[in-house]
Amino acid sequence: MNSFDSWALSLAVFVPMVGLVAMMLIPRAQETALKAIALLTTAATAGIGVYLLFAFDYGKSRALQFEVNNRWIEVINSRYHIGIDGISLPLLALSMLITVLCVVYSWDHFPEPRNPKAFLILILVLETGMNGTFVAQDLILFFVFFELVLLPMYFMIGVWGGPNRQYAAIKFFLFTLFGSALMILSFLALYFKGGNTFDIVKLAQLHGDGIVHSTQLVIFGGLFMGFAIKVPMFPFHTWLPDAHTEAPTVGSVILAAILLKLGTYGFVRIAIPILPEAARSWSPWIGALAVIGIIYGALGCLAQRDMKRLIAFSSVAHMGFVMLGIATLTTFGINAAIFGMVAHGLITGMLFFLAGSIGERFETREISRLGGLLLQAPRLGWILGFCAMASLGLPGLAGFWGEFPAILSAYQPAAGLSEPLFRTYMVVASVGTVLAAGYLLWMLQRVAFGVVRPEFERAHVHDVHVPEYLAWVPMLLLIVALGVYPHLLFHVTDDAVQGVTAGVSAKPAGTITAAGVRR
Amino acid sequence: MLDNVWLIPLLPAVSFAVILLWGKRLPSKGAESGILAVGASFVLSVVVAAEWIAKSGPREAIEHSSTWLQSGSVKFGAGTHVDGLTVMMLLVVTFISLMVHVYSTGYMHGDRRYTYFFAALSLFTASMLLLVVSDNSLQFLVGWELVGVCSFMLIGHWWEEKDNSDAAVKAFLTTRTGDVGLMIGIITLFFAAKGSFNIAHLNQLALEGGISHRLLLVGGTCLFLGVVGKSAQFPLHTWLPDAMAGPTPVSALIHAATMVVAGVYLIARFYPVFFSGFSIDAGGVNAVAIIGSITLVIAALLAFVQDDVKKVLAYSTVSQLGYMVMALGVGAWSAGIFHLFTHAFFKALLFLAAGSVIHGVHSNNMSEMGGLRKHMPWTFRTFIIGSLALAGIPPLAGFFSKDEILLGAHENGFPLMLVVGLIGAFMTAAYMTRACYLVFWGEYRGHGHPHESPPSMVVPLQVLAVLSVVAGLVNTWVVGDRLRFAHWATVPGTEELIQRFRLEHAFALSDAAISVAVAVAGIGLAGLYYFRGALKPIRGLTRRSTAARAGYTLLVNKYYLDVFYTDIIVGSIKGPIAQAAYWFDQRVIDGVVNGAGVGAREVGRFTYDVIDQRVVDGLANGAGAGAEESGSILRLIQTGRVQQYAAALFGAAALFAVGLVLIT
Amino acid sequence: MYLSQFLLLAAVLFCIGIYGVLARRNAVLVLMSIELMLNAVNINLVAFGAFRRNVVGQVFALFVIAIAAAEVGVGLAIVLLIYRNRASIGLDEVDLMKG
Repeated sequence: MNSFDSWALSLAVFVPMVGLVAMMLIPRAQETALKAIALLTTAATAGIGVYLLFAFDYGKSRALQFEVNNRWIEVINSRYHIGIDGISLPLLALSMLITVLCVVYSWDHFPEPRNPKAFLILILVLETGMNGTFVAQDLILFFVFFELVLLPMYFMIGVWGGPNRQYAAIKFFLFTLFGSALMILSFLALYFKGGNTFDIVKLAQLHGDGIVHSTQLVIFGGLFMGFAIKVPMFPFHTWLPDAHTEAPTVGSVILAAILLKLGTYGFVRIAIPILPEAARSWSPWIGALAVIGIIYGALGCLAQRDMKRLIAFSSVAHMGFVMLGIATLTTFGINAAIFGMVAHGLITGMLFFLAGSIGERFETREISRLGGLLLQAPRLGWILGFCAMASLGLPGLAGFWGEFPAILSAYQPAAGLSEPLFRTYMVVASVGTVLAAGYLLWMLQRVAFGVVRPEFERAHVHDVHVPEYLAWVPMLLLIVALGVYPHLLFHVTDDAVQGVTAGVSAKPAGTITAAGVRR
Repeated sequence: MLDNVWLIPLLPAVSFAVILLWGKRLPSKGAESGILAVGASFVLSVVVAAEWIAKSGPREAIEHSSTWLQSGSVKFGAGTHVDGLTVMMLLVVTFISLMVHVYSTGYMHGDRRYTYFFAALSLFTASMLLLVVSDNSLQFLVGWELVGVCSFMLIGHWWEEKDNSDAAVKAFLTTRTGDVGLMIGIITLFFAAKGSFNIAHLNQLALEGGISHRLLLVGGTCLFLGVVGKSAQFPLHTWLPDAMAGPTPVSALIHAATMVVAGVYLIARFYPVFFSGFSIDAGGVNAVAIIGSITLVIAALLAFVQDDVKKVLAYSTVSQLGYMVMALGVGAWSAGIFHLFTHAFFKALLFLAAGSVIHGVHSNNMSEMGGLRKHMPWTFRTFIIGSLALAGIPPLAGFFSKDEILLGAHENGFPLMLVVGLIGAFMTAAYMTRACYLVFWGEYRGHGHPHESPPSMVVPLQVLAVLSVVAGLVNTWVVGDRLRFAHWATVPGTEELIQRFRLEHAFALSDAAISVAVAVAGIGLAGLYYFRGALKPIRGLTRRSTAARAGYTLLVNKYYLDVFYTDIIVGSIKGPIAQAAYWFDQRVIDGVVNGAGVGAREVGRFTYDVIDQRVVDGLANGAGAGAEESGSILRLIQTGRVQQYAAALFGAAALFAVGLVLIT
Repeated sequence: MYLSQFLLLAAVLFCIGIYGVLARRNAVLVLMSIELMLNAVNINLVAFGAFRRNVVGQVFALFVIAIAAAEVGVGLAIVLLIYRNRASIGLDEVDLMKG
């Protein structure tokens, strides 16, 4: 590993901080300079991401690469241990991509009260937090970055948000913090029970040996609360609709695309590898909550009048599929879950971008007041239709590979889990796909089809313009690319996921044997 | 070419991209790209067919695949599988698509979204071809869903009007409901086949008994749910008539010849699963045959009460799909897919001809037509040919295929289906006669100036008419042994089934005679009613008899199934149930959350006001107050009078002294 | 002559003096009562000295007389000042140090 490799991840996490410092020195009035620095910083970070994608050894995606393990806080035996494997890499890349696209989109889309400096600085802080969470291999380090993202988002929602922003911001902050409080308790419990170390790799190798099963269940419960609130899982999801509705466009995109993934990532990185037996005991409940979330989220969508709130509830439903895949504790399931995370990040991120752009043009997001978008802004309408199709899990687009393998994995969950129960989940989740089609097509029909409402007949609604194109085209291309050739992502995650599931079951990962037919 | 079948779906896909990017700038606005691509695909399909038919000896399917994704170090491939069934479908899809493309240049001329229409047509063709050449069920599912999306886009082509987009959404949601079953079926069979999506492998296991009967039944039933949705079987057939809101070429291509037969194709492709799972060899009844026959009858009944000519054809399609499904359910595999083959031609013909009528008259309703045989001669002739073929009059195509189905039902021990099939044949002939009469005979009841359609529309009609006449002969001795449909349109593996369970039959004159008689009777009775005005007792029956009127109302309201689906099921989900879920979310769950917040605030206030201010501070203040109180009590001793101080001193001293004395 | 007779006389005088100090209003009277108490103590001391044939008793008594003289001088001066400021020598009226 050459010397740049050992710096790569640290740079990926802290370069945004450098940009932040630079921006703080520039006065607020020089907007172009500020925007340029923000763009440069995020682009540089994304450049590091590209380097990581090329330098990563895909044959050994199970092992931690670009690893750094230095002294940090000696007193509590917490080290600065970072590294990425096949599970973190896609999410890290997603985080970098979304952030740079958000900065591009923001070029002329700043919400009121206009303060580009503060807004962009908050985005950079968010990026540090997000990237840090995905590379951290030490529980305290993870916790620091995990919490770091709360404050910038709080301010984003609270200052630049909609009419009900104070309530939404504080609700988001306290609710997630509540979960994190329980999570840190579990971390401490792991430290004391698991051999006085916070190191995730070491704890994962222990597989929870030496911890009594009932204690494991309780510790897992604490972790579950911390992560499940973030995902968000039913019934801890109620902060999400408010946060998303009130947040500014870019805030919603980052929240949906990345912040939600912190929760599911936590399950895959920390909860399951470190406490596999507890995971097995908990997974029927997680599965139940997941499928309830799928149906419940879909039903909630159908009752919405605001576009953004509808998309927010759809996030609950989509993350239900991800959690179902995780709950099966199989290779296929967790692979599907990670794919679903990336796909959801791209697709729902796009949907929030679109909702924001539509809301901006029409000064309303109420579905009953909109209509005929395809007539007034055809490209915008077409992209909306495309994203709606992607979101309902159309094969050929990325969303399908997040949903279908998750449903498939539920047919045969890991050893020790009840097959009839999970097959019931499978059926319920499949019904959820019908509901997903229902609410998305309903929204599409109301917003994009039909004729222009009298209210907006004389409004000048401009179609997609350059910053929006620049921000959206990469995401759209990725949605198609991943949909048509899912191997792109699966071959990155597969090996690493096998490592996770190997720890879960006594026998080797999964029970799917190779049985193809070749002539 | 058999090894490069992947080219066939690829060409229309490329055309889709081309039209999207440069369609508006092309001289024919993108139509030429579509026609070229589909035409090339058709040529390639003919080549494939020739190669397949020319293969001597027992034919083996050709399979190729490459890695698509991997999980758990198991690689799943995407690939192609070519056998007789594939070849037949390739021919049908590419040919009908080509006809529709050519036709559309005339029909959609001047349309508001001409280019986009052709892009969608190309994408649809590509998806359908992808589905047809799939070697594994995962890829099959991809193609299946993609054709569903294209159907959505094309039905709702004129989405400015809400009825059209409603129909498109309805089609998509109804088929997606069936797709729940399809997904679960694919998953179940994947695990039953020990972790493989490959269809040939699955079929082999099913034939050899490597999969338990129960598992095959479950898997087959789930797959069949998908068929019920996509192929518009009862009870999920309600989307197809509404789909007539789309342009007529769409109806011809998608809802007559290709997409809706995807379900039939599925059963045919996965036949060993169905055969073993539903115990088709046992005769009597099974779910597939029953659903098929129910669909057959109820749709035919509905065709009698329609005013819209396209709706008549739509219900006719549903009914014929019922025939195909029933055929597969009674073990007449070859007959079923042969009917798919012939039906594609004459139904597409009928739709395109109807489109020609609509184009000329600017109305869909037969009440505004009439006497058009004088104004639109070619349309008239081709429509009649199509109707006769549909009714099953020899030697047109429909006769051969329908007859084989009835023969199969008879010989495989499904007497009930035979009866139903004959009833269906009677009704088919009757309602088509009605339609023909209302459109082409009598006096013109409309307001426009009906004229014949341009050659771009008429030529495909003529071509299809020719095919409707001769296509049936493909399965007879006329074309010789090698070219005989039943001999080359086979699936290696299913052939064993055919041998084992006598699925293929020779032509039986007695049965043929009965079916022809029934069809003629249908034409005759309807003819008497309409042409001659005879059968007076029937006229005005609905006005005189309550029972008849009730039956008529039931039919006009489509058995209230639509009401049930749209208003009750969808309406309640979208309305009360969703509202209830949201209410639960906002009041109960969020109530807990907000309650936690309010509660925390209340606890905080209580802690501050009561505990902190009163108790803790009270203690602190109390200490001070106590000190003050005791001070003011003690203060009373301070009288300032020296004598009292002295008195105290003396008293204390005396006490001390006494004490001292007592102690010592 | 018995010692106890002298002691009894001294006790009686002392008690009368105590009564005067504690219960009389007039400041001069209080001073006189203090003198009485002191003289009672003197009688006690001299009586013990005489009957124990010890000269210490007499020495103590001489001390007491001297101190009593000084004390009366100062006391009368204070009473005079009180009278000048208050036009009265009622001790129960002097309660300026009342708490």
